Amino acid sequence: MTTSSSDNPGARGRAVAGAASVAGVPTGQGSRSGIAWLGEGSQLFILSVLGIGAFVLLMMLLSFVSELFGGGGAGEAVDPGTGTITLALSTEPPQLDSTRATDMVSGQILGHVMEGLVRYDEFDRIVPGVAERWEVGGSEAVFHLRDDSRWSDGTPVTAHDFVFAWRKAVEPATASQYAFILYPIKNARAVNNGELPVTALGATAVDELTLEVRLERPIGYFDKLVAFPTYYPIKQAFYEGRDGRYGADAVDLLYNGPFVIERWVHGAQLRMSRNDEYWDHERIRLNTIDYAYITSDVNATLNLYKDGKVAVAGLDAETLHDALEQRWKLERFNDGSVFFIEFNHRPSRLTSNRNLRKAIQFVLDPAELVYKVIKLPGNTPGESLFPVWLKGVNGYFRQEYPAPEHRVDLARAHDYLERAKQELGLDPLPPLIFLSGDNPAANKQSEYFQEVFASRLGIEVKIDRQIFKQRLAKMTSGDFDMVLAGWGPDYADPLTFGDLFASWNKNNRGEYANSVLDGWVEVAQSSLVPEERMRAFDEIQKIIYDDAVILPNYERGSVFVRNPRLEGVVRRAVGTDPDYTNAYIVDG
Amino acid sequence: MILYTIKRLIQGVITVWFIATATFFAMHGVPGDPLMTDKAMSEEVRKNLDAHYGFDQPKWKQYGIYIGHMVQGDFGISFAQENRRVNDILWEHFPVSAFLGILAITFAGLGGILFGALTARYRNRMPDIVIMFLVILGISVPSFVFAALGQLALVKLNAFFGTSILPVAGWGTLSHMIAPSLVLGLGTMAFLTRLMRSSMLEIVSSDYVRTARSKGLPTTRIFLRHELRNAILPVVTVLGPSIAAITTGGFVVELVFAIPGLGRYFVQAVQQLDYTVIMGTTVFYGAFLVFMVIVVDLLYGLIDPRVRLE
Amino acid sequence: MNAALSFRPIVAERDVEVISRPSLSYWRDAWIRLKANRRALVSLYIVIALGLFTVVGPWLPFVPNHSAQDLDQISSPPGADRTATIVEPYVPWSGVTVNAPGGQAPLEAPASVSLAGEATTQAVRIFWDPVRGAHGYRIYRNIAHPAPDDALGMPLADVLVPSRVSFEDRLDIKPQEYFYSVVPLDRNGREAPVYATLDVSAIRVITAEEAVKRGLAGSTADLAIGDQVELKLHVLGTDYLGRDMLARLMHGARVSLFIGIVAPFLFILVGILYGSAAGFVGGRVDQVLMRFADFVVALPFLLFMILFRILFKIEGGDSGIAPMLIAMVILSWPAAARLVRGQILQIREEGYISASRLLGAKTPYLVLRHMIPNTMGVILVTITFAVPSAIFTEAFLSFIGMGVAPPTPSWGSMCNEGIKTMLTYPHELIFPALFISITVLAFNLLGDGLRDALDARMRSQE
Repeated sequence: MTTSSSDNPGARGRAVAGAASVAGVPTGQGSRSGIAWLGEGSQLFILSVLGIGAFVLLMMLLSFVSELFGGGGAGEAVDPGTGTITLALSTEPPQLDSTRATDMVSGQILGHVMEGLVRYDEFDRIVPGVAERWEVGGSEAVFHLRDDSRWSDGTPVTAHDFVFAWRKAVEPATASQYAFILYPIKNARAVNNGELPVTALGATAVDELTLEVRLERPIGYFDKLVAFPTYYPIKQAFYEGRDGRYGADAVDLLYNGPFVIERWVHGAQLRMSRNDEYWDHERIRLNTIDYAYITSDVNATLNLYKDGKVAVAGLDAETLHDALEQRWKLERFNDGSVFFIEFNHRPSRLTSNRNLRKAIQFVLDPAELVYKVIKLPGNTPGESLFPVWLKGVNGYFRQEYPAPEHRVDLARAHDYLERAKQELGLDPLPPLIFLSGDNPAANKQSEYFQEVFASRLGIEVKIDRQIFKQRLAKMTSGDFDMVLAGWGPDYADPLTFGDLFASWNKNNRGEYANSVLDGWVEVAQSSLVPEERMRAFDEIQKIIYDDAVILPNYERGSVFVRNPRLEGVVRRAVGTDPDYTNAYIVDG
Repeated sequence: MILYTIKRLIQGVITVWFIATATFFAMHGVPGDPLMTDKAMSEEVRKNLDAHYGFDQPKWKQYGIYIGHMVQGDFGISFAQENRRVNDILWEHFPVSAFLGILAITFAGLGGILFGALTARYRNRMPDIVIMFLVILGISVPSFVFAALGQLALVKLNAFFGTSILPVAGWGTLSHMIAPSLVLGLGTMAFLTRLMRSSMLEIVSSDYVRTARSKGLPTTRIFLRHELRNAILPVVTVLGPSIAAITTGGFVVELVFAIPGLGRYFVQAVQQLDYTVIMGTTVFYGAFLVFMVIVVDLLYGLIDPRVRLE
Repeated sequence: MNAALSFRPIVAERDVEVISRPSLSYWRDAWIRLKANRRALVSLYIVIALGLFTVVGPWLPFVPNHSAQDLDQISSPPGADRTATIVEPYVPWSGVTVNAPGGQAPLEAPASVSLAGEATTQAVRIFWDPVRGAHGYRIYRNIAHPAPDDALGMPLADVLVPSRVSFEDRLDIKPQEYFYSVVPLDRNGREAPVYATLDVSAIRVITAEEAVKRGLAGSTADLAIGDQVELKLHVLGTDYLGRDMLARLMHGARVSLFIGIVAPFLFILVGILYGSAAGFVGGRVDQVLMRFADFVVALPFLLFMILFRILFKIEGGDSGIAPMLIAMVILSWPAAARLVRGQILQIREEGYISASRLLGAKTPYLVLRHMIPNTMGVILVTITFAVPSAIFTEAFLSFIGMGVAPPTPSWGSMCNEGIKTMLTYPHELIFPALFISITVLAFNLLGDGLRDALDARMRSQE
């Protein structure tokens, strides 16, 4: 053969010549085996049939084995016969120990299976939960528990269960990340720091049904705070019986809320069913809420909705048009969080220069961002750190204290830029680092901002796209000039946003420090007079605009479709969201 | 043969240990850590957490502790799923990925060998052209596009028949597995088809096949005994790594079809820097892969006696 | 093995041989055969064209800057109408306020909904007659006329002040027909089962300053309110930020083709050297080499990808191509090495190798002259497959947020973006997917041709 021909050069010529003479072989073979081809074809056919048969057999075997592992088949989106709704969950709750839960999904599930002292009703009012009535006055609060509230094992929910849960949450060994939300309680911080024993926590069970709480200082919103999941009760005997696995699985939880978790297949399914031990179980109309799919893929959830497999699906700007063509009824919802560009105020950074920040502020048009780039109804242009839904003295805070008016003004922007360049002694300015997340929305926005800064201000911005943990690491170490950030509320008081840029706040990752702002935060924290507090928030709002501490981009909203037969779904900015405890199926 | 197998297994263990070590230090070299969250925490809370997870120890000590536990078969507790043991995560989600992967690879292997043989047989004729066109289509579309299109097709299919022919997403029954495994296996099938075709073309023109033909052996016998058996060799070689690639690379398919597989957990773990899950899955997959390679090497010796196993 | 030889190599007999036709070098011969293969030749031209597209393309006069955003033409398909009317710059609208008429339920539909000013892509301003007893209004916008019992479309906003009876819509208005519906709300913010609808046709507009800034007119003096201008042409349409698809495809080709060609070429080269060394030397060396390959192949790609980015100090603005390339080469060669080794093991036992060895051939000669050319078929197939898989690896990394940093486009990330809008704006998916397909097709056919040309055993087949 040719490959060996180089050893014997003479062979090469022969091989080439040979190729010409043997050239007829393949074709001859073809014609010779013309009939054989047919035979071969049918043999191949038989072979392939056998192959496919083996394949099918294997699949059946696998399906048999998989049934041992996998979840049960899911039903239709709404089933009026059994009172079941089927839904999709974006991610799985990491665990359901209320003292350590931090994420939205855990909060949502916990809100269905647990009940705190108080809860939010469908009009977002604070209504009695386990506590029948309560008195909050000065630095003390007393909660009187109802006598018919029971755990899912039939035992009563007592004041001791709350004391135990709260002590667990502030105990250093628990390492709860939300321990700070209990800090208004007397000694909570000291206990959490390991300076005092857990028994020093200012919460005591006077008797089975009376819970007495001493506070560090008078606060006006403590009744709203106790609706938060970290304040939910835990039964000590059960907790200790789980040997560190409390909240890890369906059997590792004891429930006192409207539902119990009936089945939890990790990564696949989480099914909740009605809790007959729940004191107000007559209020609950659904029998089963079946999260039969766990995926963060918007398109997948939408496809499941189209296929009639889930009752609710979120939409994004990309799928909106399709939804309109399907003639679905769409709903809009504002989730209460605010997104903004946060500047790095560390002195070593260019963005610590106010004139530079002001220059950037005056080229930015949040309306254009929302209407042309985000393109999803429900999102509203950001005007202030304080979102529109926060309550003020009588009505809404933002109606009582409107946000400073903002207009794009290129002339002023360039004015500020010139001053910044002079102060910094740099012309042109070196590129600024724009830290951004790894999700498509952040990508889109950072690309938009980059172009806006370049074309309107002539500033070069380099996008530093990082995955979640690295972005956090860089934010904490101050390795950025600007970063896309957001903030969601923990409780329904403007303070949840108001103290964000206090110099001592760890979430103030740009390390903005302004004693005037700090002063107003202290006023808002300690005052009990609503007018005084709201004025403090207004001052904070003004400082944030005047000093361009952050540049508000948008208040986040979303659009979703809901099966028309499912009614009574409650969406809210603070508290369990979405809330299906009041939901019901209509006949149709 | 047995001695060889034992030797290979011992080498495999050492390889796995290397993998564990490299991964451990790479992971700790990445800035950030699994305890960081959106909301900042006070120094006290952070200290509590560090003590809780043993992060206050020096790196080498943490490594020692980790390897010690790993040898005992304990991969620790996940950081992201705070009360779940990594062993449980592996035990619950690997079978899912494995089923999906085995189905996909079976589909890919059978399809690849069959189509590859067909195209080589009908070289430059209609079946060849049609199949090769499909193959190129199969490899030139990214898997996330295929997954999305496949799911959309299922929705249309179900809407067309007015009833649920195949589920759009989810996991649990055979019908849930068909679409995702087809999507997952498609790329590999295309690859194997090409490989098989090329390998088959070489074999068809080889001396021993020509000899066999001229001896007047039945075509089926030639096909099965000589051509197929020889041509399959390169396919078997890549099959090992392909199995690993498919079982780990199922992330997109698992996400789109809402399947509780390990691929999703792994990608999530890397994004979250979930140390224990990264280690657990890497070591587990590493061991799995090394084992597959050993199996393939042994198979090689069985299929092709010319390859000597020393 | 050489030690076992008791033969003395024979003296070369080159001058003795008479060659029956002009001697062709292996590569010349291959080139001649490649030229004879029309499909391979066409593919070669396509590959060259792709190269030109990438390098020369961005300088063509009708190709705008790839990162320039034309926010007036977001996601516009190729061939869309581009006429725009000149209007005054946008000024906020104070809206319409009335004394809210009190009263009791049931709520009725607004008597009428009307348009204030002209409906443009800048803003659509509507107002309506107040409804007795309404505590607010919800405004919907639809793309089709809502029939009875039908959905009203997308909820734009809630007006929660009873005295306010107007709404200004600026949300992504396209030059098309819209149907605005107004629904009164009761004291709990719930919708009344009645609504009034207004049919509106929005026209595309642009301000004179914008038109000048975009180079659509010489100066603002040339333009009067109401004049018509043609917006910038985008041959293949625009993407989700109004950027030119063609320009982005050209720029994206740099990343995709670079990653798609260089990475496979490098790691297969490494794989060939490594695999052939292991396969040929055999024994203990082979064992150690292959165990190392097993080790490398089992390393978690994603994690090391991140690590390389850090080692390379990937900061803001860097596209991150280099660490991606290096990660791919470092972590992908073992597959190729295993493949080559497998082939070498097989070839090593062939008769002609023994023959050649008997004739005194040295190892490097055997490997380079016999073994590698004989594995060419498999290697080329691997390369042609490695090209799309490298392109997709990059796309997958973009999918999970670890790909090339924005605003650098790549075909994979464009596909990734396009998939989301494939039902509404198919051109955003089709074009990048088409380019990937063409590239893959070209490389496949070229690979086929090369294999046939390089592998001498294929000669007799043509």
